[in-house]
Amino acid sequence: MHSQRLSVPARVIVDGNEAAARIAYLTSEVIAIYPITPASPMGESADMWSDAGKRNIWDSVPQVIEMQSEGGAAGAVHGSLQAGALTTTFTASQGLLLMIPNMFKIAGELTPTVFHVAARTLATHALSIFGDHSDVMAARSTGWAMLASASVQEAQDLALVAQMATLASRVPFLHFFDGFRTSHELNTIEQLAQDDVRALIDDRLVHAHRERALNPARPVLRGSAQNPDVFFQAREAANRYYDAVPAIVQTAMDQLASRVGRSYRIFDFSGAPDAERVLVAMGSSLGAIEEAVEALCQRGEKVGLLKVRLYRPFDGRALVSALPPTTRSIAVLDRTKEPGSVGEPLYQDVVTALMQGWGDVHGGSALPRVIGGRYGLASKEFTPAMAKRVLDELAAAHPKNRFTIGIVDDVTGTSLKYDREFSTEPSDVTRAVFYGLGSDGTVGANKNSAKIIAENTPLNAQGYFVYDSRKAGATTVSHLRFGPRPIRSTYLIGSASFVACHQFNFLDRMNVLEYAAPGGTLLLNSPYPAAEVWNHIPPQVRRSIVDKRLRLFVIDGDRVARDAGLAGRINTIMQTCFFQLSQVLPPEQAIDQIKRAIEKTYERRGAAIVNRNFAAVEATLAALKEVPLTTAGAGDEPDRAAFTLPATAPDFVSRVTGLMIAGKGELLPVSALPVDGTFPTATAKYEKRSIAREIPIWDADVCTQCGLCAIVCPHAAIRTKAYPAAALASAPASFTARDWRGKELPAGTKLTVQVAPDDCTGCGVCVEVCPARKKEVARHKAINMEPKLLHLDRERANFDFFLELPAIERSAVEHDQVRTSMLLEPLFEYSGACAGCGETPYLKLLTQLFGDRMLVANATGCSSIYGGNLPTTPWSTNAAGRGPAWSNSLFEDNAEFGLGMRLALDQQRALALELLAKLTSDLGETVVRGLVDAAQRDEVQRSGQFERVERLKATLAGIDKPEARQLLAVADALVDRSVWIIGGDGWAYDIGFGGLDHVLATGRNVNILVLDTEVYSNTGGQASKATPRAAVAKFASGGKPIGKKDLGMIAIAYGNVYVAQIAIGAQPKQTIRALLEAEAYPGPSLIIAYSSCIAHGIEMSNSMAIQKKAVQAGYWPLFRFVPNLEGLEDGHAHPFHLDSRKPSMPFKDYALEQARFSVLTRSKPAHAQELFALAQRDIDERWRYYEQLAGIERSVPHSEQGEP
Amino acid sequence: MSIELSTRYLGLSLKTPLVASASPVTGDLEALARLSEAGIGAVVLPSLFEEQIEHDELQLARLRDYGAEGFAEAPGGYFPELDDYNVGPDAYLRNLERAVQALSIPVIASLNGTSAGGWVKYATSMQQAGAAAIELNVYHVATDPDADAAAVEHRYLELVRAVRSEVTVPLAVKIHPYFSSLPNMAKRLAQAGAEGLVLFNRFMQPDIDLANLRVAPHVELSTSVELRLPLRWIAILKGRVDVSFAATTGVHDAADVLKLLLAGADVTMMASALLKRGVEHPRAVLAELTSWMELNEYASVEELKGSLSQINAPNPEQFERSQYMRALVTYASPRLG
Repeated sequence: MHSQRLSVPARVIVDGNEAAARIAYLTSEVIAIYPITPASPMGESADMWSDAGKRNIWDSVPQVIEMQSEGGAAGAVHGSLQAGALTTTFTASQGLLLMIPNMFKIAGELTPTVFHVAARTLATHALSIFGDHSDVMAARSTGWAMLASASVQEAQDLALVAQMATLASRVPFLHFFDGFRTSHELNTIEQLAQDDVRALIDDRLVHAHRERALNPARPVLRGSAQNPDVFFQAREAANRYYDAVPAIVQTAMDQLASRVGRSYRIFDFSGAPDAERVLVAMGSSLGAIEEAVEALCQRGEKVGLLKVRLYRPFDGRALVSALPPTTRSIAVLDRTKEPGSVGEPLYQDVVTALMQGWGDVHGGSALPRVIGGRYGLASKEFTPAMAKRVLDELAAAHPKNRFTIGIVDDVTGTSLKYDREFSTEPSDVTRAVFYGLGSDGTVGANKNSAKIIAENTPLNAQGYFVYDSRKAGATTVSHLRFGPRPIRSTYLIGSASFVACHQFNFLDRMNVLEYAAPGGTLLLNSPYPAAEVWNHIPPQVRRSIVDKRLRLFVIDGDRVARDAGLAGRINTIMQTCFFQLSQVLPPEQAIDQIKRAIEKTYERRGAAIVNRNFAAVEATLAALKEVPLTTAGAGDEPDRAAFTLPATAPDFVSRVTGLMIAGKGELLPVSALPVDGTFPTATAKYEKRSIAREIPIWDADVCTQCGLCAIVCPHAAIRTKAYPAAALASAPASFTARDWRGKELPAGTKLTVQVAPDDCTGCGVCVEVCPARKKEVARHKAINMEPKLLHLDRERANFDFFLELPAIERSAVEHDQVRTSMLLEPLFEYSGACAGCGETPYLKLLTQLFGDRMLVANATGCSSIYGGNLPTTPWSTNAAGRGPAWSNSLFEDNAEFGLGMRLALDQQRALALELLAKLTSDLGETVVRGLVDAAQRDEVQRSGQFERVERLKATLAGIDKPEARQLLAVADALVDRSVWIIGGDGWAYDIGFGGLDHVLATGRNVNILVLDTEVYSNTGGQASKATPRAAVAKFASGGKPIGKKDLGMIAIAYGNVYVAQIAIGAQPKQTIRALLEAEAYPGPSLIIAYSSCIAHGIEMSNSMAIQKKAVQAGYWPLFRFVPNLEGLEDGHAHPFHLDSRKPSMPFKDYALEQARFSVLTRSKPAHAQELFALAQRDIDERWRYYEQLAGIERSVPHSEQGEP
Repeated sequence: MSIELSTRYLGLSLKTPLVASASPVTGDLEALARLSEAGIGAVVLPSLFEEQIEHDELQLARLRDYGAEGFAEAPGGYFPELDDYNVGPDAYLRNLERAVQALSIPVIASLNGTSAGGWVKYATSMQQAGAAAIELNVYHVATDPDADAAAVEHRYLELVRAVRSEVTVPLAVKIHPYFSSLPNMAKRLAQAGAEGLVLFNRFMQPDIDLANLRVAPHVELSTSVELRLPLRWIAILKGRVDVSFAATTGVHDAADVLKLLLAGADVTMMASALLKRGVEHPRAVLAELTSWMELNEYASVEELKGSLSQINAPNPEQFERSQYMRALVTYASPRLG
């Protein structure tokens, strides 16, 4: 079957996702996908290749289809397999769990397929996007073979082995590798040529698969229902197929080896042939362990490593045979946790295998002792030092079983303390660490550097990139290694000969010299010239530089970039410096290669950007200067405090949150963390990131007090307060106040518009929407962006004072006007969302209206990340300590999750009412009636009920009856709660639509807010069913051919659902009105909110103007459907209210300002013209339909319970 | 009597003296074909704006990079990488090639650049793509008080020289009327290598948006009244500067065409009229032109051209200052009477 290998193997540098996806693509015909981190890039690559017409090994272009969920993807895969196509998918974490039902079926039907999984943590006490084996371990019982890759090279090679073996064995394969550590690590690999893949796939097996497919020419029945008589036997009928798998996999590995020379075994042993102590593990940790084992063997220690590649079916005999007979003790490392088990799964398998087979294989030698432990959950670092520590433990008289390594467990004492200084980093490997900002291009440049080195030198290269979890002002750390041998160091660099800090202010914020090796080089992007820079460096950094004898180089990269017309993009400049200083390539060659990389990256986007980058590269070396070091002033002064918490910070924040904010969360022991994932809210205010360069400054004399700046601020960083003049007595001199204009508040009331200078991201949305202009200078508004440093000290003092001003009495102002609603205190503040985020203004407004009584069910997505990603949360509390209570369940179940909250509240209220009735004699008729009959429609009524309940609780405490104690526990349910179900369009339109639909149909009183960005924003811009026609998105790179789903109309069809479509930038007052109406409506409410997003390709500061245009163009009609319920005070004969005017602007005038649309007019002009015309027709037709709807009369029959 | 409508412009033979000047109409291949059928002698494609190309490229790169390599969940950014963004002059050049292939009449490319390098590079590409001639649309609004007239004029001349040295097809230069000595400038442009002058460029005149208190871009279509400016200057320059003259601005009907030809234009260019009246309009203009010539016994356009230029006019002083005096008197006399 093997043809002669003709091609010379190519050395390429790719990441694990690309390596695996390429093989999957080459060997598939149908690919059903759904985005999930960290597997999304595999689907994106497949989609891109398919779109570009790339062919598989049978010379056809695979079909790639995005589904509505992983469950849907698995179903589509199952069907495609049944119909005879070679089919695959890619997933991770919860996505894999959603595939499990189909996986059981696919395995039960002995259907060959491979699913490629970038293994990721399952959400438990918290979600984590990072890597461990908890997802794949949850799929153990599906009957799938499981093959683990430990490196990028293996991610490619074993992807093919899995494909070969599944065809030969008919058992489906789950091929997995560690999320991020392998899926996102760039590494030099030897690429399998297409003819290698072609030669290793046996077409006879493919034909056999087709033969088994459903076909009316030879019809069969599959998927029957079976009874007790035969099910069991039928389940056992497939045993022989499983028995055959290990040998089939080994044969496939051997075939691969004979063709390309890389040999693998299903269990591979490495280390001393006479090893006594052996580690057993699988996945990316093998790289780190192997380094430790080799280092220890060189010292003469008898240690070894057993690498597990084929995990299921688990061939115990093969495992035992792979162990040296000298083995005395074994430690099994699991990258997962199974609470309540006798040990983690791999440990249990190894113990069982030893018990079953040791004697048979190794005869007389004693059964080794086995311990098991956990490491590396959620990509927790795992280093050779940790591996060594576990091997050391095996030498102990009583080694600890069920240990943990890499953390400090001071609660149950599971952790092993290890020596962090133990290092196995070879001396011939160059190690470099770079600190950058997400927006400065550092990571992209480093990826290019790794590629340049890998492709132009005999060296192997590795790149790994660490991102922080905030979106605005995100920092990145790049870890690059180059060396003569394949690099298998699967851990972060601990000692770097080159450190680059691409943002000078990082010196104050983070310990950038932590990894700097003595005698190494530090490159600083510095706004200060070489002669002056020393005094601007913080003392502690200066001390480190001197102590470590570092060579210091500086360049004003921002200036070079500016001069070249590349403001902010310092990537190629810093890259040039790196090559110059590292001398990894001769300088001329390096520059030549950098230019080639620039051409490759930017050529498609035009000559201008290429030329400007060339100019920047050419100007770089002249601007790079060495700073001669003197020990004078080497940090004699005290350290500059990088981060301090206010003394008022609560205990938990001081002990725990503060460390996480400071980037030292690694140091927290188990005891510091909550046992159940419960954290305090109101913590974002402690994280003063101060990332803006410019902040809005109020010109009170120009201001008309409209409140627009505050309502649109995505970060609650510009606020308005109205307060009595007397409160100004202790104001700082710079504090500005003006008389409140309007009769709503008593004469003498003052107003201040105040910026939070350290919380503002500088997005500029507030300034863009400000309608007030100075008469003499039209460009000068009532707020203007000005350099932060000019105002920082003053505005800090002003803001501190502003916070102390009393919040307005909630009943003192109307809530349905923009200017007055903005006087209410926001309980959602300073989120880490992207600068200018279009979602967060809605959330902030919600909390101003209902924050003190909200329960929030939040779907996974952007809003759960900026809302709930540690260290802090923007969900906040008022002075009384009340505020939104927030939880995230999953991506797919959020509507149901929120409904559950409603059910619980209703149930507790019903119970409380019953108990009140039972306790009438104790409480008194008046008190009970007061509580039962209380209306809670406005602030006054609500606070009345709140006070009644507080009094009730006090009374109950003194009544010694079981009913009283019961009522005390549920009395809070007598105060109305506002249940909000919040999520993005990926959830509402796609993965969670079934649940959302069901919740709407229940008629229950829940409020659903869809933050519609029209794309999967959090996972990087994949199309959803909310993506409009003609928009370019991932999985719709040719422009989405079909129109957006009209979710509002689907909900309206129920008749009893309050539905509104809103756009805060277009009609903020309509937004407020809709939110108030929805909340007041006693049944289900659905609000669809236009949410501007960086994935639209717009100038974010201009997002509100674009929202206006969306409405003017009729692209986003504003409406409210207010069900006509008998008994509602405000019953409407015509429930559908069209709040926006007839379209007055063509669609294209709205669309062409946004890259998501305009890019199509460039990439496919004719197609764009066609789709734009259709999009215009969508708008015209929808408007015609809506206008008719506005005329219809409709009412909903009253239900018995009084619920709609 | 058969009427010969052909004319020579930039050394090219045109079947009629009516040219479609750069406008959205000439960007559409189908419209170009219909114009040709309607008797247009040549077409000038819309201007390729170097500034626009650069702006588009930079915007595209910036938006593509926005948010990329910043978040763990979206390291590749928020947009799919597309095969071809069609940035740069490629789309323009492809359109030019297609127009050249489809039409039997000369296709003139128009170029507006910002850098000397850009002018030469794009002009060369246009020649390669088959342009019969290149019209340099020099669109420079001088705003720097420190740049004197000589420096501004030097810019024009250097530009024409630079392009002339790299391309072999004829060059026309489209200029504005605001030079202190237009004849001198015209002469020096000719010396620098321009074969023709297109008179005149209309700068886009910004407006003020009272509703939003912002400066608003504004384009207004021309009227026949505006042809007096090119008419005067063509009449003055004809015979004094040895180049072809194209009159643009205000050419709407046969009378306009005739006046400009009589003044000395080799061709008359239409844009606003085509936008207003459609691509069939030239047919009517040419028919009327022919019947006027028949009636007035002109056998050919060549015979007409320049017969009322300043040199040839019976009352040449009217093209100069006295014209204003006369107009005033004529206008005032009814009231006096």
